[in-house]
Amino acid sequence: MTLSAYLPILLLIIISTIFAVASIFVSSKLAPSRWTFAKRLPYECGIVPEQSDERERFPVKFYLVAMLFIIFDIETVFLYPWAVVYQELAVFGLIEMVVFIVILLAAYVYVWRRGGLEWAE
Amino acid sequence: MMGVQGEVAAGFEPVLAPLIIGLPLAGAVVLLIFGKRIGRLSGVLACGTIGLAAVAGLLNFIALLGAPEESRSTTQHLFDFISVGRFQTGVDLLLDPLSLVMVMVVTGVGTLIHVYSIGYMHGDPRYPRFFAYLNLFASFMLLLVLADNLLLLYVGWEGVGLCSYLLIGFWFDRPSAAAAAKKAFLVNRIGDFAFLIGMFVLFGAIGSLTIGQINEAAGALSAGVATTAALLLFAGATGKSAQIPLYVWLPDAMEGPTPVSALIHAATMVTAGVYMVARFSPVFEASGGTALTVVGVIGAATALWAALMACTEYDIKRVLAYSTISQLGYMFLALGVGAYSIAVFHLVTHAFFKGLLFLGAGAVMHALDGNTDMRHMGGLRRPMPIVGYTFMAGWLAITGVIPFAGFWSKDAILAAAWVEGNYVLWGVGVFTTLLTAFYMSRLYLRVFEGPLRTPEGTHAHDAPLTMAIALVPLGVLSVAGGVINLPGLLTLEHFLEPVVGESLAPEGALAFILSGIALVVAVAGIMLARSIYMASGAEARRARFVRPMAPLVNGARHKFYVDEIYGRLIVLPGKRFALFCADVLDRRGIDGIVNGTATLIGRTSQGLRHIQTGYVRNYAATFLLGVVAVFSFLILRVVAG
Amino acid sequence: MPEFTPPQVQLAGVAPEITLLVSALILLIVDTLIGERPNRWFLPVMATAGLVLAGAFAASTWGDNELQLSGAIALDGFASFVKISLAVFGLLTVWVGRDYLVRDALEDSEFYALVLLAVAGMMLMAAAADLIIMFLALETFSIALYVLVAFKSGSLTSQESAMKYFLLGAFSSAFFLLGIALTYGAVGSTALYGGRDPVSEPGIASFLSTSPTANTGLLVLATGFLIIGLGFKIAAVPFHAWTPDAYQGAPSPITGFMAAGTKFAAFAAILRLFDATLFSLRAEWRPLVIAIAVATMIIGSVLAVVQDDIKRLLAYSSIAHAGFILTAVIAANDRGVSGALFYLATYGLAVLGAFAVVSVVSGQDEARVRLAGYKGLFFDHPALAVALTLFLLSLAGVPVTAGFFGKLVVFGAAVQASYSWVVAIGVITSAIAAFFYLKIMVRMYLEESEGESSPLPIGRLAAGVIAITAVATIGFGVVPGPLLRAAEDATMFFQPAPETGQAPLGG
Repeated sequence: MTLSAYLPILLLIIISTIFAVASIFVSSKLAPSRWTFAKRLPYECGIVPEQSDERERFPVKFYLVAMLFIIFDIETVFLYPWAVVYQELAVFGLIEMVVFIVILLAAYVYVWRRGGLEWAE
Repeated sequence: MMGVQGEVAAGFEPVLAPLIIGLPLAGAVVLLIFGKRIGRLSGVLACGTIGLAAVAGLLNFIALLGAPEESRSTTQHLFDFISVGRFQTGVDLLLDPLSLVMVMVVTGVGTLIHVYSIGYMHGDPRYPRFFAYLNLFASFMLLLVLADNLLLLYVGWEGVGLCSYLLIGFWFDRPSAAAAAKKAFLVNRIGDFAFLIGMFVLFGAIGSLTIGQINEAAGALSAGVATTAALLLFAGATGKSAQIPLYVWLPDAMEGPTPVSALIHAATMVTAGVYMVARFSPVFEASGGTALTVVGVIGAATALWAALMACTEYDIKRVLAYSTISQLGYMFLALGVGAYSIAVFHLVTHAFFKGLLFLGAGAVMHALDGNTDMRHMGGLRRPMPIVGYTFMAGWLAITGVIPFAGFWSKDAILAAAWVEGNYVLWGVGVFTTLLTAFYMSRLYLRVFEGPLRTPEGTHAHDAPLTMAIALVPLGVLSVAGGVINLPGLLTLEHFLEPVVGESLAPEGALAFILSGIALVVAVAGIMLARSIYMASGAEARRARFVRPMAPLVNGARHKFYVDEIYGRLIVLPGKRFALFCADVLDRRGIDGIVNGTATLIGRTSQGLRHIQTGYVRNYAATFLLGVVAVFSFLILRVVAG
Repeated sequence: MPEFTPPQVQLAGVAPEITLLVSALILLIVDTLIGERPNRWFLPVMATAGLVLAGAFAASTWGDNELQLSGAIALDGFASFVKISLAVFGLLTVWVGRDYLVRDALEDSEFYALVLLAVAGMMLMAAAADLIIMFLALETFSIALYVLVAFKSGSLTSQESAMKYFLLGAFSSAFFLLGIALTYGAVGSTALYGGRDPVSEPGIASFLSTSPTANTGLLVLATGFLIIGLGFKIAAVPFHAWTPDAYQGAPSPITGFMAAGTKFAAFAAILRLFDATLFSLRAEWRPLVIAIAVATMIIGSVLAVVQDDIKRLLAYSSIAHAGFILTAVIAANDRGVSGALFYLATYGLAVLGAFAVVSVVSGQDEARVRLAGYKGLFFDHPALAVALTLFLLSLAGVPVTAGFFGKLVVFGAAVQASYSWVVAIGVITSAIAAFFYLKIMVRMYLEESEGESSPLPIGRLAAGVIAITAVATIGFGVVPGPLLRAAEDATMFFQPAPETGQAPLGG
């Protein structure tokens, strides 16, 4: 059985769980706690957030823009390894990267033309 | 050549052969669909299609005659019918002397009877439908005789049975007609079932359904297999050709319109059994005598049996029906002694004179408002001369008076039986000749001779033109039809020899002696009938004649109680068994199981459907259940293994 | 710094997929650049062009037999057969979809682009020779389908069913991934085949052919999770619960596409994975697959009986069909593989045709999908009724339709592998299934239609699709030979050994 090879992982999971639970529990018990009104405010500097429904909704556009940002941001990560082996890959690498960027560009054009970047209606 | 021509195997070149079947079929289809709109012209259309089919048949016949003898058989492949693995069956036509003789009879007599029907069925509300059925029958009959394989032949065989059923019951508003149609269908089914089994036996033993291959391989069959197959095929023939024990449907079939009786129940369909036995003669030969003996004995017995019943019957059409059964018995007698070509010869002449007799009887009925009881008739030859003289020709032909057509063929059958050494069969045949001459003379003399007598409120008139057109050619053929097999002249026997082999015939003085005996017996029968029906003092002589044979006459009048015996022995137990099956086995047993299963599945389904709640969480739970099941199963296996 | 060797890039194996991706992108860009037009005929034309080109590329590799892209893509007749079929399915979907979208005023370039992407993912599924690629392919077409199911914007059922499909799909993907992880743990690679040397070029097949049987335990566990992940996609019991809801909510052309395409793609992966790669482990996975197949056939057929919505009914029928095809997987022989291919191709055509009829009959906004809506259809629209009858007969496996031969070869393969009892259950459930197909026919032919019949606008494209699928269904039923032979020729790169007296392997 090769399952035994996974024993360390299992142990790690157990230990880390125990550690996390224990440290929260222990710190809550050990730390001195003297509650005052000011301490219970979200911001001790005194600016109290507006009282509103806790399930306040964000405009859906917010998520859209955020996701688009992440997509384009993370795609650029692929440029780094290319830069590292740029010399070895030579023309082949260049073409590959152009293709990659063209695909991104197409997506960008699509999002732009479809109004994905417009905030207001 | 036209596009309808398919591939042609070796042999002569067929001429538009598919049209022989295709034209009547097309006519039937058109009439079935547009019959109402075509109306009065239906009859003309139907006559046209069958007439053109006759022309096509004739062209092929001429083409065949023009070919050298060794290439007088050809197969025309039209298209594949069933093609499953090793089992290949095409729609192939077999054109050879035998099939073309049959084609000529079917289309020739068929055309005349179609024409006759225009007059006979005039004024019937379902006039177009009648011609549609008639055309359909013709196409199935032609398919039957032209089929190159047993399966296709069976299609034709069942097809003519269906048309026969439809036409016997054409006036289905008459309960007797409906019952007769049902009876014909059911009795035929018995024979057809045996025929089908025989087909399976042949396919199992030989591995082919093609007629050529079956006949080629028949010689190699073991006697047992060949006998089994031959007897099963013959059982089919006893149904279709109304032989003992399955003849009982034919007299009742006279409920159909008379042209139907003439075409289907005299000239063509009922001879299908004769054709089939002749066609598969090698199979019957291969059984080493057993099968042929059975065929001959059944044939002779049927000939005698039916003739006895014909002697006491008063219904003009039923006399002719028994006569048909009897004559078909002669044909099987001929087949049984190996004289296949003579059987076909008698088939042809019988088609002429029996078709004629039926049409004549139909004309009489037509004139007398549908009356069929010959006790109410007499002296009709004078008011209706065309019918009278043509009927006379038919009468002389069937009684076997020289030189009418029936003489030659019947004489040849009896002679062949003698030469083959079957003296008993010969004796039965000769005695039946006496009976035939007697009952036919009784019929003719009572109806057409003597003082004029008609049923009350009717006055006889001669046949209308369309009916006369059909009667006259058939009359001529009944007189002179024997020439197709005159010794030394045109010989049908020689023509058919490549297909069915040679028939034995007596030689020299023996031939004349045998013919002479047959002729004397026939004349004796006529004289007997004349003496007790026509001559002065006939009544008294008749009483004296009948008294010693009273039980026999009485029995014959009641058809020897065969229908009653069948009813008691077969039909009643069958009905009881059917009721048992329907009520106990089917309704409570099988239906119970089927309905129970359906209910069970329905209920299960209704119950299970509640699992499908529509909530994703439940779906996921089901999913997870499956995952747990899979996982536990594999873990157990892995750990255990 | 270690020596860098650039990867070998051969594109022949993925040319169809690339074609489809590029077509989808071009289609989207062209549409956004051109802007709103009243009649956007160019969209289906471009989608058609892309699919035809992709199919041509797939056909051009017929007969090739190699691994490409570092062993991640299999280039073999099996993949070609599946890809060509999928291209055809895609074409039919696009054409029916066009008429459907125009009628319901839903037409958008995304529909075509997503269909193209889904087809690309499905094609990749058939060619995947690496579990990671297989997973990517699965997700590619799944995500496209999630959106397509929700394409009836404004229809709550459509949104709801898409959400269900998505959630459960994600759920199943997790198990599939777990299966991949366990495989990697057992084999040290996610490649299906691997090279000759199991150390330097590890792969499942090379691992199984060299490792002692005792070491396969983890891999056996992995197969279980792979079955779960793929079983979800083919709608096998108990991973089927999404099917009726998703089929009901999705636009009818997409439902047909899901039934035909998703099933084909997932079964292609199953056949490659189980009947080829994991063939020597068959003693381990067979009992599981048999249990799933039997449950699937029974549940699918029995539950279909009480459905009164034609799309739900066909959904259960598709579940039952998954069970029938699984019998070919169980057989794990050449006849099983070719039989499954034939079955999936002909089933796909029939079910696409059936849903084409459904999308025509259902009318504006799919208002008429109850079985009651099919009453007397024959008298109002005889051609539609006859076509639907033909498809239903094929689904029921009645002779002279393609479905008959599909069942014949699939069941025949299982009998050959001595699993007659599974076939017996298959035949019984087929009989139950025939009942509810008949139920629809009875409605169409023997009952009077309710209310007055409203005229159904039948688009030319939809009519064409119905005609094509009807002709194909009857054509492959009368002359199944060519397609059957093509399926037999579509052998896999890695062929199962002939079924011999099998020694129990593994665990």
